[in-house]
Amino acid sequence: MRYLVCIKQTPDTAELPKISPEEAASGKLSVNLVVNPWDEHAIEAGLQLMENYGGTTGAVTVGEEGAIDALRSALAMGCKDATLVKHDDEIDAWGVAELLAAAVRHDGDVDVVLTGQMTVDGNSGAVPVALARKLGWPVLTGVAKVVELTDDSITVERVVGQARLTVKAPTPVVVSVIKEIGEPRYPTFINIRKAARVKIPELTAEELGVDVPAPVVHMSNFRKPPARDAHVKLFEGTPQEAAAALIDALLEEKVL
Amino acid sequence: MDFQLADEHRMLQEMIRDFVEKEVKPRAAEVDREHKFPREAIEKMGPLGLLGLNIPEEWGGAGSDTLATAILYEELGRGCGSTALTVEAHLSLGSAAINLFGSDMLKEKFLTRLATGEILGALSLTEPGAGSDLKGGVRTKAEKVGNEWIINGSKMWTTNASVAGVIVFLVRTDPAGGSRSLSMIAVPTDTPGLIIHPAERKMGLHGCKTHAVTLEDVRVPLEYLVGEEGRGLHQALAVLDGGRVGIGALSVGLAQAAFEEAVKYAKEREAFGGPIANLQAIQFKLADMSTMIEVARWAIYRAAWLKDQGLPYSQAAAQAKLFATEMADKVCFEAIQIHGGYGYSAEFPVERIYRDNRLMLIGEGTSEINRLVIARHVLRN
Ligand SMILES: Cc1cc2nc3c(=O)[nH]c(=O)nc-3n(C[C@H](O)[C@H](O)[C@H](O)COP(=O)(O)OP(=O)(O)OC[C@H]3O[C@@H](n4cnc5c(N)ncnc54)[C@H](O)[C@@H]3O)c2cc1C
Repeated sequence: MRYLVCIKQTPDTAELPKISPEEAASGKLSVNLVVNPWDEHAIEAGLQLMENYGGTTGAVTVGEEGAIDALRSALAMGCKDATLVKHDDEIDAWGVAELLAAAVRHDGDVDVVLTGQMTVDGNSGAVPVALARKLGWPVLTGVAKVVELTDDSITVERVVGQARLTVKAPTPVVVSVIKEIGEPRYPTFINIRKAARVKIPELTAEELGVDVPAPVVHMSNFRKPPARDAHVKLFEGTPQEAAAALIDALLEEKVL
Repeated sequence: MDFQLADEHRMLQEMIRDFVEKEVKPRAAEVDREHKFPREAIEKMGPLGLLGLNIPEEWGGAGSDTLATAILYEELGRGCGSTALTVEAHLSLGSAAINLFGSDMLKEKFLTRLATGEILGALSLTEPGAGSDLKGGVRTKAEKVGNEWIINGSKMWTTNASVAGVIVFLVRTDPAGGSRSLSMIAVPTDTPGLIIHPAERKMGLHGCKTHAVTLEDVRVPLEYLVGEEGRGLHQALAVLDGGRVGIGALSVGLAQAAFEEAVKYAKEREAFGGPIANLQAIQFKLADMSTMIEVARWAIYRAAWLKDQGLPYSQAAAQAKLFATEMADKVCFEAIQIHGGYGYSAEFPVERIYRDNRLMLIGEGTSEINRLVIARHVLRN
């Protein structure tokens, strides 16, 4: 079996509040970059599949040279190999899917492609679906659990609102997972050491034999919501009076 | 010269920081308040390779270096002093004694289990009448009878004794005295006659368990001698040289935590019409604190680097430990000062950090003993 996890390098969410709208719009962020937190769950899912059903799990990302760091993190968590698809120019979800699909084909006989549910910077959640479309494979989204994987099919639990669906699809397949699939494991030191030393192969669109489509989605405006104005209100009087005033205030704020 | 961590160390630092944020720091207040041994976090560190970080791979460790352990203690110290000291005493004292001087048989028997965290280690040098002066003071004695050592005596301040699987003791094997009269012997903690007394009540580090230990006719095989007979004191001093880098790193982490709390508080607390961070008196404190932390961190990294290069590092380790631990005392003092009355409250972490750091100026060579060590080097040259 072969599993390939698609990951993206994104800003550390803890640092997002520090980013100005101008900086965000420019695309050049001077903040700490990490593996997209949702994708860490996809890596975890890939590692679980490897443990439960054998085979190897690789990681792939589309990004600039610096995105190598995200791949090293995936290796440190336990992925067996990693590939950078180098791309520096503006790109949208459709373009990313084009490159990832080419990388999947280039990889050979992939059984399951895993992705996170969305990215914390792009927030579209479109890549897994677009990728499946490009590959001509089925796509399973919102996957919370892999029930069974066989040579030619996968059975998973999908979370849809409050409900859970158990569905079966033929492989190869694209699976996008949610947090419930499992807490991402910490890297072990042995894997960190290996990850720090390995040379990560790079591929370009040209080498993959594809043309990256020009972005069809452009960002025309980007603004931050105004900082929320928080304040404290103290209610005086007897406990009954204070409680009555509190209820009025909560009703007024439409909390109740 | 290169003042950047290599990828391996940088990734290790990120991993430990993440681990500490999630598994260690959130429990630090409870560990202190309830005097609770941080078992869960420690058990999780074993499979990650952290409890055998600098133990060679052939003995089941991760095979990294002193710099890696300095990063480990600094990051753990930033989250919780008790957890950090537990790991330091396990790795840089108990395990280090066997790693540096133990026979292959002892390594097979103990080091392979210490490396994975299956058991924890401890080193017991101090006695009621012997701390800084081990040579003259150690009375616990071991006698050869047949193919066994029979050990009798009392030890004080053995960190991890109650949670360890093996303790390395410094004992007198030659009643004649002198610098070649001491030896190290490994004793499994389930050996009959080994009595571990209740944990000491301490000023801080409440989750880190330190005990008096009595040895009554404790029998272990002769092969449990660690290193050479008569070389115990030299071996202990060599282990302590390494331990000093660890304690210093731990203090850097404690200071860093106190500093971060101080910055946060200074930005939030308002007085005289604005945050106190706008007051120059507070700004100067923060500037001094961050400067001292940075200097201490690099002194520790340098001592670790010297050791990893196989260069003499005893003086550098003593200097770094002395500076880092005393610096952390000052940084914590100022962090409390910046917090005002709240700094004295157990509700804020700086109070705990101040107490936790106080030991670092005493354990593994008091400040005075480190000054002695440094002065000896300075005058010899
Ligand atoms: C929480 C805690 C954990 C510990 N863990 C361990 C452990 O795991 N294993 C272990 O073996 N020990 C441990 N210790 C013991 C510690 O290492 C000793 O307390 C320390 O070495 C000092 O020894 P002492 O307490 O006997 O003080 P003393 O040696 O009696 O010193 C008293 C004072 O005299 C000063 N002094 C002594 N000699 C000189 C000198 N020649 N010149 C100038 N000043 C001098 C000292 O600096 C100190 O100020 C621990 C102690 C504590 C508090």
